[in-house]
Amino acid sequence: MTKPYTIIIGLEVHVQLLTRTKLFCRCSTKFGAPPNTQTCQVCIGMPGTLPVMNREAFKLALKTAVALNCEIADFTKWDRKQYYYPDLPKGYQISQYDLPFSHDGWLEIGDPKDRFERKKIGIIRAHLEEDAGKSMHDEVAGQADSRIDLNRAGTPLLEIVSQPDMRSALEAKAYLSELKLLLTYLGVSDCNMQEGSLRVDANINLHVDTPEGKVATPIVEVKNMNSFRAVERAMEYEAGRHYQVWQQTHQRLGDVPKQTRGWDDVANVTRGQRHKEESSDYRYFPDPDLVPVCVSEAQISEARKSLGELPAALRTRLENTHGIKPYDSDVLVSAGRGLVDYFVELAELSGDGKLASNWVQQDVMRTLNEQKIEIDQFRLQPTQLCELLKAIQDGQIDTGRAREVFIEMVASGKSAGEVMEAQGIEKVDESELVELCQELIAANPKIVADIRSGKQQAAGNLIGQAKKKNPNVNPGRLREIVLDLVGKM
Amino acid sequence: MSLTREEVEKVSLLGRLQLTSAELDLMTAQMGQIVAYVESLAELNTADVEPMAHALDVSNVFASDELRPSLERAAALANAPHHDREFYLVPAVLGE
Repeated sequence: MTKPYTIIIGLEVHVQLLTRTKLFCRCSTKFGAPPNTQTCQVCIGMPGTLPVMNREAFKLALKTAVALNCEIADFTKWDRKQYYYPDLPKGYQISQYDLPFSHDGWLEIGDPKDRFERKKIGIIRAHLEEDAGKSMHDEVAGQADSRIDLNRAGTPLLEIVSQPDMRSALEAKAYLSELKLLLTYLGVSDCNMQEGSLRVDANINLHVDTPEGKVATPIVEVKNMNSFRAVERAMEYEAGRHYQVWQQTHQRLGDVPKQTRGWDDVANVTRGQRHKEESSDYRYFPDPDLVPVCVSEAQISEARKSLGELPAALRTRLENTHGIKPYDSDVLVSAGRGLVDYFVELAELSGDGKLASNWVQQDVMRTLNEQKIEIDQFRLQPTQLCELLKAIQDGQIDTGRAREVFIEMVASGKSAGEVMEAQGIEKVDESELVELCQELIAANPKIVADIRSGKQQAAGNLIGQAKKKNPNVNPGRLREIVLDLVGKM
Repeated sequence: MSLTREEVEKVSLLGRLQLTSAELDLMTAQMGQIVAYVESLAELNTADVEPMAHALDVSNVFASDELRPSLERAAALANAPHHDREFYLVPAVLGE
């Protein structure tokens, strides 16, 4: 049943950039250091200190904005966003207000399962700012004080603001997955949500169908979502809650101030938080401590050249060159560049993209998971695995036994040929197969009668018997011969 | 242009300043004079003047991404009114 409303979602993503040092001072950005050991006069806001922009941070930000198809401003500046909070030592955050370094880009999303159509999600802007510190309060212990760690204060953050272009929780999740994959391929952020390298806030409202046309409900900002799955669930929950509120109050956009709600991952609900201050209350003004940045066409084209092959282009190449389906190219590309390179080599060596894709996705990826390793630590080179695929292609071995050989190859480091020889695997002649089938057909009249009455699956019993007599038989070929012979009876 | 008492009240709230009623009157008058003084710039015709984002005609000042020593923790915490030798301690911050 279609719902009497459209869901409108826009996302604000903050990613920490992978620099060694902070945005305006040379303290380390490394996660997990003892509290307050990575700070200096600049990032804890001592009077008389001056910030200096990290060149690498700006470079990574520019690279990301170019990859997001953004327009790059030729002139950009930084502003002070004033608010009081204990984890913000200067009393203002250095951010970008009216002249962000990039704006008006897009990111294309799709669903390998085709639950929504491919679409471009607009990017309003991406700007470079500094992170705040962290405050902790142990409510259980009933401590009177909150504890502040300023290690994170001043870490470079890229804020990426999307247009409200997403129409479902699923699209929101797809956008985040694609964005994270892009950032990972660009190598600009590690995107680790547990460590806070990637954080998501969502803006959501509904366009409700009414007799007088579509009516927009008040926008709510949702925070505190600690995984993409949490974003998906929070958006599903919020859409339902908005519709209930609409039915009770008929409040429209503009009737009430924008509300902020926090997602409770355990209770599966959102809860109201403080009212958002109006943006004028931040009293932005240009930071006199920092000079503007001008970006030349040459710098933009240099950034463009540094992008490398991005996920969307890579998926298309795998589909076109190696004949695999979008679902498979998505799994491979999402698994990272290393795995894609492994697949491409295997596909080229074996000349069969689908076979290579199956083996990489199932057996190779499973082994990597089990051994908790990356592809560059994987024992079998594509040439070694290809030897096994060739044996399958030649009909020398069936997939089931090939799996056993694969496991032994991974365990022992022996070649496919060596393992097959040790296990006594050899190709069974066609004439030998036919003879075996005739023997079994003669000995099992009841099963043959079943097959003839249309129960093809009864042939499975004969194949089982055949494998007992000779484990080297290829069950696929055996089935064909049995059905063929019975058909001629 | 002069400031209203309500405007000064709002600014003092945003700046976390607690002003008495008498101080609020005094600030309203003094800040109003400052704003009026700056306002005199509006008399100039700036139609042909390009807006500037900074007083210095300098741009693109960067530092390289090279690690330098941070402060010793004891030194960083030294000026804090309250700390526990690891963290700054502040009155309870609850929620977002």
